[in-house]
Amino acid sequence: MVEKKSQLISVDDRKTVGQQFVENPRMTCRDVNVYYGDKHAVHDVSIDIARNEVLAMIGPSGCGKSTFLRCLNRMNDTIDICRVTGEITLDDNDIYAKNIDIVSLRALVGMVFQKPNPFPKSIYDNVAYGPTIHGLTESKSDLDGIVENSLVKAGLWDEVKDRLDQPGTGLSGGQQQRLCIARAIAVEPELILMDEPCSALDPIATAKIEELIAELREQYTIVIVTHNMQQAARVSQRTAYFHLGDLIEVGYTDRLFTTPRHQLTEDYITGRFG
Amino acid sequence: MSQQKISTIELVNKGLAKRYRAEKRFRLIGLGAIVLSLTFLAILFATITFNGYTAFQQTWLELTIFFDPQMLDAKNLRQADYDGLVKKSLRDNFPEVSGRSQKKDLYTLVSSGAAYKLQDMVVADTGIIGTTRQVWVPASDDVDMLIKGNIDRSQPESDRQLKDIQLAWIDQLVKEGRLAKRFNLAFFTAGDSREPELAGIFGATIGSAYMLLITLLLSFPVGVATAVYLEEFAKRNRWTDLVEVNINNLAAVPSIVFGLLGLAVFLNFFGLPRSSPLVGGLVMTLMTLPTIIIASRIALQSVPPSIREAALGIGASKMQTVIHHVLPLALPGMLTGTIIGMGRALGESAPLLMIGMVAFIVDIPGSLTDSATALPVQIYLWADCPEQAFMERTSAAIMVLLAFLVLMNGTAVLLRNRFERRW
Ligand SMILES: Nc1ncnc2c1ncn2[C@@H]1O[C@H](COP(=O)(O)OP(=O)(O)O)[C@@H](O)[C@H]1O
Ligand SMILES: [Mg+2]
Repeated sequence: MVEKKSQLISVDDRKTVGQQFVENPRMTCRDVNVYYGDKHAVHDVSIDIARNEVLAMIGPSGCGKSTFLRCLNRMNDTIDICRVTGEITLDDNDIYAKNIDIVSLRALVGMVFQKPNPFPKSIYDNVAYGPTIHGLTESKSDLDGIVENSLVKAGLWDEVKDRLDQPGTGLSGGQQQRLCIARAIAVEPELILMDEPCSALDPIATAKIEELIAELREQYTIVIVTHNMQQAARVSQRTAYFHLGDLIEVGYTDRLFTTPRHQLTEDYITGRFG
Repeated sequence: MSQQKISTIELVNKGLAKRYRAEKRFRLIGLGAIVLSLTFLAILFATITFNGYTAFQQTWLELTIFFDPQMLDAKNLRQADYDGLVKKSLRDNFPEVSGRSQKKDLYTLVSSGAAYKLQDMVVADTGIIGTTRQVWVPASDDVDMLIKGNIDRSQPESDRQLKDIQLAWIDQLVKEGRLAKRFNLAFFTAGDSREPELAGIFGATIGSAYMLLITLLLSFPVGVATAVYLEEFAKRNRWTDLVEVNINNLAAVPSIVFGLLGLAVFLNFFGLPRSSPLVGGLVMTLMTLPTIIIASRIALQSVPPSIREAALGIGASKMQTVIHHVLPLALPGMLTGTIIGMGRALGESAPLLMIGMVAFIVDIPGSLTDSATALPVQIYLWADCPEQAFMERTSAAIMVLLAFLVLMNGTAVLLRNRFERRW
């Protein structure tokens, strides 16, 4: 036991270890730093996101998981004091380049938030909103098709098909979150970012969302932030561990949870803090 | 150990009675304050209603009028001597009256509005020329006051508005059933007048309405646009902070200052017509803008950020986010603020004094640039008139103004309750 511990990388070394890079990545992040005013929230993070993988990001609260996730579709642009440096590419295009349109980036990289946030409109309108503003459909029947398809993919169709005109805010928490996923899918994104999508849900609703993530993985690349290590273990192929703004370790999920290489990772997954 | 514990609890219990007493005292003081303010409010409403309700009735007098063809030239009906018809009818009713001064006393029983009434009848139907009709015409304000019990018969004649002989005539008319109180329609349909029995609030109401129209059309869009820009688009920096501080300061500027500003800018510099609802509306716009901006910003702030994130997250542009999602949710709050601002503008008189909307204006304003007064200014003008009959009209006008304000504030409360969301 004492022997094994000594082989771990010490807590003072904050260089990322593990499989942070992959072949033929979908997205690449290099030396990403994020500042909120003077506060340095994310330090020199470099990581690749592979095609059709589920990448989980774990770590104690306030370690910068959400902040980093929000860099990937430039949601941080909405915060005045937030500044991002470094390079992030999607299919080899720098997403922070001047010629990149935020609207099309976000259409390609969808997002699901921690707290279910359906619009205070009908279920139908919630899902139809994205396709409508992006002009994805020519006719009402096209739109109906997209709405149905998205709700089916989000596993919500059977529950709501008879009350599409009722407010989305009237659904249960788990249903609302699946509605939000349907809303994201309706725009036909290729990546989906999820920021603790189950933290406000009960275990049954959580299980449904996890199932859904497993299904969605066939078509989409998913980056999910979670503070629940079991969840990361269940849904993801790779896991990244963040600590106080540093990306400490990235590894294939089954290996990271059994044989972490960094002291901090081990401390976290054995429940010493978090 | 256990000794210690008991004594702590005892200590707490000892202090408890004192705490409860303090709490009770505090609640009583609060209750007292509420009762006091409600009492004052009740007294205010009671006095106004008591003084004003009689103004909704007006005494009318029945005259037997012979539409004498010799006095009514069919070619020039507007210039005919209708006053003469009225006087003749009065003389016929009281044949015993003689002498210039007695006749004059008799004539003052009838309002000068009687002649206008006859003119209107003849112009509307020339067929009545040559016939004799029973016509109800408004009595003078003194007769009205006597009938309403506001003139004390026991006072010495010299202190009274009506002489003894006039009292006798009035008593005779009452006995003949020729005097009666009717609903005072003129109060709601007429403009201002020197004669209380002919004066109404319609002119002032229209003036106020025109003014509020201008204020609403200008201040709502400008206020909402300002709030949306500051809240949703502007980056926080020194300039936006400065703007914000200034808007808050503007909201605290005394209204008369806005009147001075309007006088200097709109009248003297731009040369817009004096006393017009247009200028009044512009001044009120300046005054209500800060209120609307502040209310709108609060409404925008109360829209949860998660809605904005949801829209931005699926690729809505900033403007789509604001127009499709944020504005509709903030609109009830903005409307509430606007209605409250409008209410304030409706009740405001000081700035209007500065821009000349305080004139004596008989005509009902027909356009935004006609001279006009507003309701609160009309109240101010009437309150200054010595005639007793204007006193009740002042109170009645206050009642109408208060009714409008209650209506507006009620709408605001209703809007707030109906559309307020809990997140
Ligand atoms: N809008 C913001 N303004 C200022 N600081 C922020 C903001 N959002 C997050 N932070 C700070 O950045 C750090 C990382 O936060 P976050 O990414 O939300 O952590 P996590 O999602 O891992 O719990 C925290 O210290 C937090 O206080
Ligand atoms: Mg977070």
